[in-house]
Amino acid sequence: MSAEAHEEHAVDHHDDHAHGDDHDHGSFKTYLLGFVLSVVLTAIPFWLVMTEALAPQTTGLVITAFAVVQIVVHMIFFLHMNHKSEGGWNMLALIFTIVIVVIAVAGSVWVMYHLNTNMMPTHDMQTMG
Amino acid sequence: MSHASSLNPDYVDEAGRPIYHPVEEPHHPEGHSTMLGFWMYLMSDCLIFAMLFAVYAVIGGNYAAGPAPKDLFDLPLVALNTSMLLLSSITYGFAMLAMVKNRTAQMQIWLAITGVFGLCFLGIELYEFAHMIHLGATPQRSGFLSAFFILVGTHGLHVTFGCIWLVTLMIQVWQKGLIPANKRRLMCLSLFWHFLDVIWIGVFTFVYLFGMLR
Repeated sequence: MSAEAHEEHAVDHHDDHAHGDDHDHGSFKTYLLGFVLSVVLTAIPFWLVMTEALAPQTTGLVITAFAVVQIVVHMIFFLHMNHKSEGGWNMLALIFTIVIVVIAVAGSVWVMYHLNTNMMPTHDMQTMG
Repeated sequence: MSHASSLNPDYVDEAGRPIYHPVEEPHHPEGHSTMLGFWMYLMSDCLIFAMLFAVYAVIGGNYAAGPAPKDLFDLPLVALNTSMLLLSSITYGFAMLAMVKNRTAQMQIWLAITGVFGLCFLGIELYEFAHMIHLGATPQRSGFLSAFFILVGTHGLHVTFGCIWLVTLMIQVWQKGLIPANKRRLMCLSLFWHFLDVIWIGVFTFVYLFGMLR
């Protein structure tokens, strides 16, 4: 009976997340959808840069946005991430990694940019002395 | 009864009462934590790439009067490379779908196609590197080129090892069939392969496309 109840629970659980991602391995449909989305999200940035359709700054912002969206698409459709996989530990590790990545990359760029602006003009040092 | 069934069976005694202080380590089936452990590895690998991206962001503009991205990068070639990796991602996905249905032969064919796309990616990348080095754009030329070669090269090295791993697993499946251990290994490689595609999104956006905008 215990096993039966457990199985029932498992089925319920399966139905719970069926609307998003019906299985850990995904399905033909989800893979194809992920692929089509990836192709579109790759082709548009390449087209924007190759044709120089927009101003460089706008293009930069747009292709950054496309990259972020495509990473999310890959995470969901190819890596099958959801908040329930491995009891939530996958998501927790991912969030921790994203925090570290943002601190490391943004921090490096921020610090080094300011170093450059403060160090480069040597005449400032002379006037101080 | 219903209360007991909601508990982990490892923490329930014969009468169905919960055990609050287990004296022995509960039984864990072999490989039950492999996927989580492999995910942790991928996340630490992600940090390696984050550092390399940070290095590229900081010194990627230091050309030392040498060639700039616009002189070196060939966007149609990068687009072709990107499509190779993207195609290999979906063919690996099809291999996994065949694995779930225990269709070994079909899975092996999809894995072989994935491997071919992986090798095409590496071939194009090596051609690009060789072309750049031929033009004098070696890693020693400038900060930009050092950062470029270490970032893109590390990704390429990962794809190389992914290809070696793929061939190893194809031989394993050929010899031992789709045993649970092989399925687990194939699922790990699936994560690895798709993860490399995710890193490549960052590479083609921030190295190649942004390089052409500068």
